[in-house]
Amino acid sequence: MAHLLIFTFIGIMWILILAGGGILVTMVSQISISGYGEHMDFFIASIIKAAIALVLVGFWIIILSKLKNKIFQKQIKA
Amino acid sequence: MQEYVIAALVASAIAFFVVFGLVPPLIKNLTKKNWAVKDVNRVGGAMVPRPGGPAILAGIIAAEISLYFFLPQDRLIMRGITALLITTSLAFVIGFVDDRRVMGGWFKPLSLAGAAIPIIALGAYEPNLSFPLFGEVKIPALYIGLIIFMIPIMGNTINSIDVMNGIASGFMTITSFSLAIVLFILQNYSVAIMMLPIAFASLAFYRYHKFPAKIFPGDSGALTLGAAYGVIAIVGQVEVIAAIALLPAIINSFLFLSSVKKIVEHRQIKGPTTHTDDHKITTTKEPGAPVTLVRLIVAAKPLTEKEIGFAIFRLAIFSGVLAIITAFISGVVIWPIS
Repeated sequence: MAHLLIFTFIGIMWILILAGGGILVTMVSQISISGYGEHMDFFIASIIKAAIALVLVGFWIIILSKLKNKIFQKQIKA
Repeated sequence: MQEYVIAALVASAIAFFVVFGLVPPLIKNLTKKNWAVKDVNRVGGAMVPRPGGPAILAGIIAAEISLYFFLPQDRLIMRGITALLITTSLAFVIGFVDDRRVMGGWFKPLSLAGAAIPIIALGAYEPNLSFPLFGEVKIPALYIGLIIFMIPIMGNTINSIDVMNGIASGFMTITSFSLAIVLFILQNYSVAIMMLPIAFASLAFYRYHKFPAKIFPGDSGALTLGAAYGVIAIVGQVEVIAAIALLPAIINSFLFLSSVKKIVEHRQIKGPTTHTDDHKITTTKEPGAPVTLVRLIVAAKPLTEKEIGFAIFRLAIFSGVLAIITAFISGVVIWPIS
C-alpha cells in the first residue's frame, strides 16, 4: 500500500510538471511590455515573467507539501 | 547513421570497461590507505572502501573524449562534450573534498553552482526551455540562472539518494538509460550517445556497489554522476523530461527538505531509519528525524537493504517510463505559440 502511494505521488508530480509547463508557456511567456524603449521593455517583461515563474514554483511546492501530508499522513506519523 | 552506431558502441564499451577494470585496483588502494567507512546497515558493520568516484570519473572522461573523434563534428556538440568534461571534473573535485573532510551544508550547492559556469562560458546551451505538449519558451537571461541552479540540484539529488548499497549507481543506471532513450526518441542522436557513457559507467560501478557493497561511490562519485546528468539535460534541451526521469530522487530531496526545513549536510542529521532485531530496516521512532523515501518505503513493514534497493529501482523504472511517454507526446503540441 505504501509503495502504491509513492507511485501515485510520482504520477501526480508528473501531471503537475506538465500542467505547470502549460501555464508558463500559454500565459506567462505571452506577457509583453511596451512604452519604455526596446531594451527596457524586454528587461521589465523578463523581470515580471521571472517573478510570476517564482510565485508559480512556490505554489507548486505548497501544493506538493499539502499532497504529501495528505497521501503519506499515516506513514509520516508512524 | 553508421558513424552514430560506431560512436555509441565505442563510448559505451570504453565507459563500461574502464570503470569495471579500475574499481578492483581502486578498492585495493583505498583499503591499503585505510580510506574506508562503516557500513551501518551491514550485520557487524563491515568497513567499506570509499570513494569510488575516481573510477567513475575516469570511465566517463575516457568515453566522452573518444566522442570528439567518433561523433560528427558539430560546434554545439563539441562544446557540449567540453562542458561535460569540465563541469563533471569540477563536481568530482568538490565531492572529493567533501569525502575527505565533512564540509558545511552550503558548501556543495554553492561550489556546484560554480561548476556550472563552464557550460555558460562555452555557450553549450540553447536558451529555450521545452515544455512537453506546449512547446518551448525563449528565456535568454533566465536560462543562465536555470543552469546555475540545475547542476547543484542534480548533483545533490543523486547524492541524497546514495543511502544504501547499490542505490545511487543502480538508480543512475536506470535513469540514464531512460534519458538516453528519450533523446533517441527526440532524434537528438549525438547527445543520446553522450548520455550512454554515464549509463554504462553507472552499470559497471553497480557491479561492485550492489549489496553487499565492495566499494561506496562517495560524494565524489554521486556528484560526478549527478553533474554529468545535469549537463546532458542542458545540452540536449531535455531539462523537464530529465527531471521527470529523476522524480523518485527529487521526491526524496523534497521530503527531506520539507521535514528538516533547512539545507544541511546529511551526515549531520538523525537517521530516518533504524534496525529490527533480525537486522531489517524500519522507520525510526526518533522525534525530529527527517522523512525520506526509504522511510516511506519501510513505513508499512521492515525490509532488507536489498528489498529497499529493488523498491527504489521499481520507482525509477516507473518514472523512466513516464519520461519516455513524455518524449513521445512532446511531438504533439496542443497549444502552438507563434
